Amino acid sequence: MQATVTAQHSAVSADDDRALAAVFSAYTVSATCWLLFATAVGLLLAFKFGAPDFWAAKYLTFGRLRPIHTNDTFYGWASIGLVGLAYYVAARSCGTKLYSIKLAWIGLALFNLAAIAGTIALELGYNWGDLEYREWPWPIRLVFLAALLVTGWNLIGTVARRTTEDIYLSNWYTVCGVLWTCVIAIVATLPWYQHGLGQVAISGFYMHNAVGMWFTPLALGVFYYAIPKILSRPIYSYALGVFAFWTNLLFYPLLGGHHFLFSPLPWWLQTTAIVFSVAMLVPVWGGSANYLLTMRGRYRDMTHSYPLMFILVAVIGYLFGSTQGTVEAFRSMQAIWHLTNFTVGHSHLTMYGFVTFAVWGGIYALLPLATHKSPGRLGIALHFWMALVGSFIYVIALSIGGTIQGLDWLHQRPFIQSVTDMAPYWVWRGAGGLLMFLSHIVFAWNVWRMTSGQTGNAGSPILARTEGAAA
Amino acid sequence: MKKLLQIAGGALLVYIVIVMGIAVIPAIDLSKTPPGPGVKPLTALQAEGSVVYAANGCAYCHTQQVRPLAEDKVFGRPSAPGDFSYQTPELLGSERTGPDLSNIGNSKPSDVWQYIHLFDPRAVVPESVMPNFKFLFHVVATVPPGETAVPVPAAFAPKQGKVIPTQQAKALVAYLLSLKQTPIPGYTMNGGMGGMTSAAPATVPAPTAAAGGGYSYDAGKGQSLFMANCSACHQATGEGIPGAFPPLKGNAAVDADDPTLHIHTVLHGAHGVTIGGVAYSSVMPPFADQLSDADIANIVNYERSSWGNHAKPATAAAVAAVRAKGP
Ligand code: HEC
Ligand code: HEC
Ligand code: HEM
Ligand code: HEM
Repeated sequence: MQATVTAQHSAVSADDDRALAAVFSAYTVSATCWLLFATAVGLLLAFKFGAPDFWAAKYLTFGRLRPIHTNDTFYGWASIGLVGLAYYVAARSCGTKLYSIKLAWIGLALFNLAAIAGTIALELGYNWGDLEYREWPWPIRLVFLAALLVTGWNLIGTVARRTTEDIYLSNWYTVCGVLWTCVIAIVATLPWYQHGLGQVAISGFYMHNAVGMWFTPLALGVFYYAIPKILSRPIYSYALGVFAFWTNLLFYPLLGGHHFLFSPLPWWLQTTAIVFSVAMLVPVWGGSANYLLTMRGRYRDMTHSYPLMFILVAVIGYLFGSTQGTVEAFRSMQAIWHLTNFTVGHSHLTMYGFVTFAVWGGIYALLPLATHKSPGRLGIALHFWMALVGSFIYVIALSIGGTIQGLDWLHQRPFIQSVTDMAPYWVWRGAGGLLMFLSHIVFAWNVWRMTSGQTGNAGSPILARTEGAAA
Repeated sequence: MKKLLQIAGGALLVYIVIVMGIAVIPAIDLSKTPPGPGVKPLTALQAEGSVVYAANGCAYCHTQQVRPLAEDKVFGRPSAPGDFSYQTPELLGSERTGPDLSNIGNSKPSDVWQYIHLFDPRAVVPESVMPNFKFLFHVVATVPPGETAVPVPAAFAPKQGKVIPTQQAKALVAYLLSLKQTPIPGYTMNGGMGGMTSAAPATVPAPTAAAGGGYSYDAGKGQSLFMANCSACHQATGEGIPGAFPPLKGNAAVDADDPTLHIHTVLHGAHGVTIGGVAYSSVMPPFADQLSDADIANIVNYERSSWGNHAKPATAAAVAAVRAKGP
């Protein structure tokens, strides 16, 4: 089974390799552009909490830019980045070439078309009821769905022509992740059956299924391929990976109701969500243990491999963020944290500390293998530390501030006090956010070097089996 | 191929079954929730306003769901399923950077306040971090017939010209003022109806500060209740907003030794009264349903002894007496 990871791909020609590298590069570059744009917007939003009158004109008002930030980080940055990685992982782990290079390009065009059209629509005020992460008008969401279908078709076609008997675990996660997300997109978009409270039920479902059945499985797919690859050793337990896959499928879809605890949604729906928020500890801890045990005994080598450091942070982000989510889901905790900035901290711990770091780790580990071009060690180190410290400040500030906000409400102080009490924490969030954004500029520079720079300007991201080999 | 079909097909099928059970079928069912007593669909203008609300992302900072928790009592009664029967797209929201708006039509019924606040939130709430929505207003040299200028306080008004709301602002405010919780008999978890209420749990006030005249009231509580319920219009300085909200500083009703009119206004609100020679077009909301007699006594006494006012304090018993007489 493990052989698949390091399989020789005799059936694949140099031309196929180049075409795959071009696809992977293009997805990465495109995602990077979205990251830069969407987090520049995020930084502006953070600034507006301290200066609400700054750039308050129609097209720059907070309420139009915020969904642009969230949708473009979701569907521009994370989605495109993860699909590029999924293609590379599928082709390599199956020892074959991509089913269709053309479909991959069409998919990329569709993803970008959706994100551009979505951004313009939100700017113009065409916002579908502020329903988080599905604000784009429905025709645009259909374009996104088309991109998913193309991607799913292409991935399935690639896996179907694998040269190995088994299907490597990464592909379970990526192929199924795309298929599930097609279902999510359809359920979220069809308008006829969701009205009033019924739509609230779908909103809750959608918010956590988009993160739990789309970004999470695709990022986990990257882990299962990149960690063994960098360390040149098999995943600790394949069976545990399979177990985590099925429990993830059984538990994750059921916890959406936790977004509307204490709302008029039926009590059983809310309680089911809490129960499965706890059950999620099984796949989360099982999966995380699997990754960490794969790295066991090699932690010292890690200092030689920034790609692995990115992935380690992502694994810890997944573990901590999800465990935090479980704690957050209890009614007693929700009474304090629900509706506060604590949730925004959770969103970034998970979407940034987990998903975004996973994409970066995957790109740094795999893109140089595809293009034979590497970023400099300094650039990668700068990116890593700024992003890590920045997001640390961001999350800690909002976790403390959000708790204070919640306690102010609990003690029934005048509402405005919860606003003034947040002020210093919003400043800290801005400081962390600035570091994060600067790190993205360095990342863009690194991507440029991995795609358009000189060939072979540094070593391979793969660690040698022996101790002490520098990367 | 068989293996791929088993994994991908199996996982897809399992997912579809779960999604039907946890999301689609409950949603179909919940979509049929009948409207609660008195819950009405939006008028055309209000519906237009709700689109403006969503387009400008008000729901990212404001919820429209009151939870059955003591801390949410300030926003009204707990939301009921029937409240949302006509709300598509739903606007419940997931973050409360600003207050819940489920009942804003009852708690801030004055369109003038809403216009000033939208034009510049800091004109009425200095600490606010809400963005201004000046782009929903025009500045004109002369007010066209049929329009009314918004009395924005001078410090926040444009240097030249008058502020008038655009059609979008009018629709938005019509929408905001339509957000009124309807009473549900026997569904008043905290006995509260309507928007604002006591800033602190309704306990028997422990008199701490002497306000002269032998009777003492809780000055700290009076101030915090005033800040929570009244200062948005009358301002923390008690000076109000010229042309929009009357000053309570040196106000004849507040500074009179007989507290009846003062208490009556707080209990039952006022509209169209000429105060200090000025006729105010905006509305003073009633607080009889939200505030206890003791709370009202505390607020009233805070006003009667602040900003240079020196009127005789009122007692909770006096409030009860005015309340008993009815509006
Ligand atoms: C960045 C977050 C933010 C956005 C966006 C925002 N608000 Fe606010 N809003 C606040 C805050 C904070 C307060 C409390 C301070 C105040 O009264 O200004 C508030 C208060 C209010 C109040 C008074 C509530 C009360 O009970 O006193 C109303 C009404 C209101 N906002 C309406 C709107 C509307 C309408 C929009 C969209 C056009 C909007 N807000 C957009 C943050 C926001
Ligand atoms: C939504 C804005 C608003 C809020 C909130 C508000 N008021 Fe008023 N208040 C007004 C307006 C407008 C008037 C003038 C009414 C009129 O002219 O008929 C007024 C009038 C008054 C008067 C009467 C003055 C007179 O001379 O007759 C008193 C007393 C008063 N308010 C006290 C309070 C207290 C106490 C609170 C808080 C519990 C409060 N108000 C909250 C808008 C408000
Ligand atoms: C420079 C980096 C970033 C900054 C400064 C930033 C800033 C912000 C700000 C200010 C908000 C609004 C919070 C509020 O309304 O209270 C926000 C929301 C959000 N951001 Fe970011 N962000 C950054 C990066 C990212 C990235 C990379 C992602 C995803 C991959 C992301 C996902 C989100 C999500 C999901 C929300 C909504 C949170 C919620 O509703 O709970 N952000 N961000
Ligand atoms: C088992 C794991 C998890 C649990 C139990 C969990 C729980 C929760 C809960 C209870 C909330 C609602 C908070 C509130 O509104 O008060 C929430 C919000 C959120 N979670 Fe998670 N979480 C988990 C994992 C994740 C992961 C892995 C991601 C990202 C990939 C994620 C992304 C988000 C986002 C973006 C929100 C904000 C939604 C919004 O309000 O806009 N969560 N989570």
